[in-house]
Amino acid sequence: MASDTAVISETGSEEGVRRRDWIHIAALSTAGVGGASLLFPLISQMAPSADVLAASTTDVDVSAIQPGQSIKAVFRKQPLFVKRLTPEEIAKAKADDGAPMRDPATLAERTKQGHEDILVTMGVCTHLGCVPLGAAEGENKGEFGGYFCPCHGSHYDVAGRIRKGPAPLNLRVPEYEFTSDAVIRVG
Amino acid sequence: MSFAWAKQYEPKTALTKWLDEKLPLPRLVYNAVGAGYPVPRNLNYMWNFGVLAGFCLMIQIVTGVVLAMHYAANQAVAFATVEHIMRNVNWGWALRYAHANGASFFFIVVYLHIFRGFFYSSYKAPREMIWLLGVVIFLLMMATAFMGYVLPWGQMSFWGAQVITGLFSAIPLVGEPLQVWLLGGFAPDNAALNRFFSLHFLLPFVILGVVILHIWALHIPGSSNPTGVEVKSESDTVPFHPYYTAKDGFGLGVFLIAFATMVFFLPNALGHPDNYIEANPLSTPAHIVPEWYFWPFYAILRAFTGDLTIPFTGIVLIPAKLLGVIAMFGSILLWFILPWLDKSPVRSGHYRPLFNKFFWFGLIPAMIVLFVCGGAPAEEPYVILSQVATAYYFLHFLVILPIVSQIEVPKPLPFSITEAVLGKDAAAEARTGAGAAGDVGPLPEVSLQPAE
Repeated sequence: MASDTAVISETGSEEGVRRRDWIHIAALSTAGVGGASLLFPLISQMAPSADVLAASTTDVDVSAIQPGQSIKAVFRKQPLFVKRLTPEEIAKAKADDGAPMRDPATLAERTKQGHEDILVTMGVCTHLGCVPLGAAEGENKGEFGGYFCPCHGSHYDVAGRIRKGPAPLNLRVPEYEFTSDAVIRVG
Repeated sequence: MSFAWAKQYEPKTALTKWLDEKLPLPRLVYNAVGAGYPVPRNLNYMWNFGVLAGFCLMIQIVTGVVLAMHYAANQAVAFATVEHIMRNVNWGWALRYAHANGASFFFIVVYLHIFRGFFYSSYKAPREMIWLLGVVIFLLMMATAFMGYVLPWGQMSFWGAQVITGLFSAIPLVGEPLQVWLLGGFAPDNAALNRFFSLHFLLPFVILGVVILHIWALHIPGSSNPTGVEVKSESDTVPFHPYYTAKDGFGLGVFLIAFATMVFFLPNALGHPDNYIEANPLSTPAHIVPEWYFWPFYAILRAFTGDLTIPFTGIVLIPAKLLGVIAMFGSILLWFILPWLDKSPVRSGHYRPLFNKFFWFGLIPAMIVLFVCGGAPAEEPYVILSQVATAYYFLHFLVILPIVSQIEVPKPLPFSITEAVLGKDAAAEARTGAGAAGDVGPLPEVSLQPAE
């Protein structure tokens, strides 16, 4: 270091700016950009890998579901609820369309036209990701007769809309289409 | 740094002389935890828990490294390899029970260590850095413990991972992509299990590094003591060895009796039976709770059931989910500013009558309520109780403590540690003079009282 400072003071010019400063800036910038670019693969490797991301679709046969009954399917390793609403439930959901809600949505927006009785939602509570109860027979359906998340007490109504508790959003309706009257393709 | 009267290390044999010139490791140990470290003579048993916490870290590292020799972090076999450890590996059951209960005991001693810091204001100048590093260690411990609990891949493991990574999804805009990035998928799966194993192995060694910094920072001002009066002369201190090695050794014996009782007679008492059911992504356990040591913070998370809105407009400023997450992290992060919230120059709670009342009748009951509510289901009356206790918790640190530290009239402090232990010594007082007493805050009156 002692010899370094000696050299610098020899080459040092007036006004305190030295030719060597440019080399310092250039060298540090190059090393800095190089070092920072190395972070990219280290961070990116944690994102979902190709096999996880690989487009997946799930076909679900909904013909056997009786009114008032739900089934659980699996979509992208997460539970999927498919429920056939009873006429009373449809009426109740429609009556509530205008009620004050955290995430307002009508039943029509959450179902496909002509298939108003089929409600397809992810079985993942929008609070912290638990599976809500209410899809299987005898389970607690919560205060609004739909789904109830036991983890932190979120109540969803018959249309899977958040009505009470900490969850911020309605149960997500994934992209799906009816490939026939009996089968839906999710994803 | 040490006090001027600290004993100096003198190598006696040819070997230690040779070593002292090349790598003075024995000298370092001598000055850190040997006769070369003078410590206040009046430390009570609350000062045992630092050493015990270090001992717990060693238990966890040793048992953890050997458990890793038999465990496989793959979602198809993880649950089975844990059962393999329990049933087939020689002494595997003892190692795993020691590791699982070791985590609980680590938190017990660290909570008592933090409690000591709160009551005796160990966080105050000149020891702020020790406190800040301690909070860092605590946060690292929480992360390590959480990831370790995921590894057996039972029901509580899986749903704990889902819920805790779900906390990050509350962050506006980047939350959901962040959760997917943390998990490496849309739900906890092999990618998450593998990275949690990797980090669970790494973090204890990071903790070890910060512990070394914690002890290094401690040795600059030296240990605090139950009176809160700084060391003034040699008669205030005794060498760490043999005095506190003996006292810590006794505490270690008591600790080991309790630890062995749990490991050998009640190994699953602190665990959750649902974690002996293999993870099922399609079914959430009816009553999902974290490990007991997270209950108070879990109660704070769940206490926020309503959005923060602009009154009468229905415009949501902060949704309930984000409020809970902010409060939960905030409840620990505010410890980072604690040294600057509590402005009282008096350290020990024994000499702070008003602080003492709020501490025992406010903070401690609030923590107990949060602890109970965190382990209870999300229903009344636990929701309202945890809301009240959460409100008090933040009020205590952010409002009560700063005000109390300004308005309180402290009790007279003893002139010195020696006086607190042995009674008043007029000769010593005359020798050192009043000038040296300036750094203890309010000057003691004539009617000096020893602690207790």
